[in-house]
Amino acid sequence: MHRSGPGALFGPRGWGAVIAALILICAVAPLLNLVVPKGSLFHLSDFSVSLIGKIMCYAIVALAMDLIWGYTGILSLGHGLFFALGGYAFGMYLMRSIGLDGVYKSPLPDFMVFLDWKAYPWYWSFTEHFLYACLLVVLVPGVLAFVFGYFAFRSRIKGVYFSIITQAMTFAFMLLFFRNDTGFGGNNGFTDFKRILDYPIFTPQMRMVLFVLSGLALVGTLLLARWIVSSKLGRVLTAIRDAESRVMFSGYDPLWYKLFIWTLSAVLCGIAGALYVPQVGIINPGEMSPANSIEIAIWVAVGGRGTLIGPIVGAFLVNGARSWFTVAFPEYWLFFLGAIFIAVTLFLPNGVVGLVAQLRAKRREKKLSAKPA
Amino acid sequence: MTTVVEDENQGTSGPAAIGGGRVIEHDVLDVTHGPILYLDDITVSFDGFKALNNLTLTVEAGELRCIIGPNGAGKTTMMDVITGKTRPDSGTAFFGQTIDLLRMTEPQIAHAGIGRKFQKPTVFEQHTVFENLELAMKTDKRVRRSLFAKLDSAHGDLIAATLEQIKLAQAPDRPAGLLSHGQKQWLEIGMLLMQEPRLLLLDEPVAGMTDAETERTAELFNSLAGKHTLVVVEHDMDFVGAIARTVTVLHEGSVLAEGAMDVVQNDERVIEVYLGR
Ligand SMILES: Nc1ncnc2c1ncn2[C@@H]1O[C@H](COP(=O)(O)OP(=O)(O)OP(=O)(O)O)[C@@H](O)[C@H]1O
Ligand SMILES: [Mg+2]
Repeated sequence: MHRSGPGALFGPRGWGAVIAALILICAVAPLLNLVVPKGSLFHLSDFSVSLIGKIMCYAIVALAMDLIWGYTGILSLGHGLFFALGGYAFGMYLMRSIGLDGVYKSPLPDFMVFLDWKAYPWYWSFTEHFLYACLLVVLVPGVLAFVFGYFAFRSRIKGVYFSIITQAMTFAFMLLFFRNDTGFGGNNGFTDFKRILDYPIFTPQMRMVLFVLSGLALVGTLLLARWIVSSKLGRVLTAIRDAESRVMFSGYDPLWYKLFIWTLSAVLCGIAGALYVPQVGIINPGEMSPANSIEIAIWVAVGGRGTLIGPIVGAFLVNGARSWFTVAFPEYWLFFLGAIFIAVTLFLPNGVVGLVAQLRAKRREKKLSAKPA
Repeated sequence: MTTVVEDENQGTSGPAAIGGGRVIEHDVLDVTHGPILYLDDITVSFDGFKALNNLTLTVEAGELRCIIGPNGAGKTTMMDVITGKTRPDSGTAFFGQTIDLLRMTEPQIAHAGIGRKFQKPTVFEQHTVFENLELAMKTDKRVRRSLFAKLDSAHGDLIAATLEQIKLAQAPDRPAGLLSHGQKQWLEIGMLLMQEPRLLLLDEPVAGMTDAETERTAELFNSLAGKHTLVVVEHDMDFVGAIARTVTVLHEGSVLAEGAMDVVQNDERVIEVYLGR
């Protein structure tokens, strides 16, 4: 057969890169941060650890976005919502783990005491259990995405209309979460976390644990995405992107394919959000702002849609640039972001990864033409 | 006219036929009593304009039927109705005796055994020729199956045979987007064959083909008739002449004339609206 078997997710070089990434994340980074002394040239600063940890969570979101946008052709401008919901779900556990150590020394979170509530509302039930909270991290974005997607895809809402309603959805949730009586801390959201599973949260060791978990989640997402896009299901998804009517008349029902990848994408965002919140120590409704969701699309566009490495590169480039800008010229960041988006749209339709591939092809051509036949 | 009459007993596998009476299975194509496609009194209007106007048409199993008619006659709209893309305002459409097409979605109709080639060739441009055929292949097309699907050797052979048939055996790995117009037409026909449909609807299959390609397509269609039922819409009269047994002329959304090619060609009304221009 002229096709490599489905077991071959990557070639030997690809697997080499995956293993190298795992070693970097699980061994080298902890060593450089925790063991190598602070003054040393090789020391990895706490700042870098938390920055990279955060960006790895963003990269998971970018990969999830690429599955639905780059591969299936459905642009979501509401993925920030799923990320935030995962963060809130895990945040509920973090809030309950504060125990009696809040400002008011109450078993309720401070914001509930402030509202004069006497007990947790029903939807906070069982959130003191770590595993239940983990389940919510997956279920809340998953169920919301499934229900929303079912109705949207069944009504055959497509293209820019779909993008607009996803944007409206995240905006509506932001307004809901801003309200104090929704029971999620209003505009302050959740913060002042103290511990996870009885371990204090702001220690170098915990920071490193969260970093490693985020890295593993990113590599896991990459492998999962690779498996999906190289399966027949992945080929059906790209076919839906390119000629949906042909897909239907070939006997596939696009509804279930879209719903599968859409829901999976939302769940991945939820997991990323849950890993992100303990690292930054706060979650508030600002994460649901329409601009946040648009930015996710920008990461993917910058890196390169429809490739798996592109979204990861894009998330690192844009967020790396942001962390530099917010120190150097904080007021110009949004202008800069807008400018790169326009530049990428006009000049790099396939993103940075596409550009690299193009340059490589050119060099190869030159080599060929230089050699006399 | 060739008619495929299925064995009574084969037609009702599964639930036993009791006392000679037939058990009606709604998802099984039944062509034991006549036509494979039955359109009755179909009307489709777009903002008051009737694209199909009380169209009544039957096609016998195994037939190779050509449909001709001037631009805007409603040929493509008729295929849209049969394949579930457009819902008519009134009328009935049956596939065999038991399958009511108007209650089914596009994928369900495809599964029931109707394949369709679009007027504008529509293939998956980013996929290779091989992958295009693989995606079209008749198999379980639900999500879970696709995730774990593996190509077995029987399927590989089937794809190889189809590649031969559509003259693309040299280019299985070429992206479909790089094919010539005529090759795309053939690839789309190959995709239909992979679906193993009982009824093939082909909308202008030789548009953009060279004369040699057109000739080979005529041969292919002639060889398919009998085993499959073909409904071919074409403007190319030489091509129609080469394959036609029965020709139906559509005009302003209804049947103007029907019969053998030479009879239709000499019909005064047909000459007036179509051939004479
Ligand atoms: N979606 C639509 N909305 C409005 N009018 C339509 C639509 N689809 C088709 N029509 C009109 O219905 C009429 C029949 O169109 P149809 O495409 O079926 O013609 P046709 O016989 O296939 O023509 P051609 O030979 O040009 O392909 C045309 O006048 C067309 O403009
Ligand atoms: Mg037409």
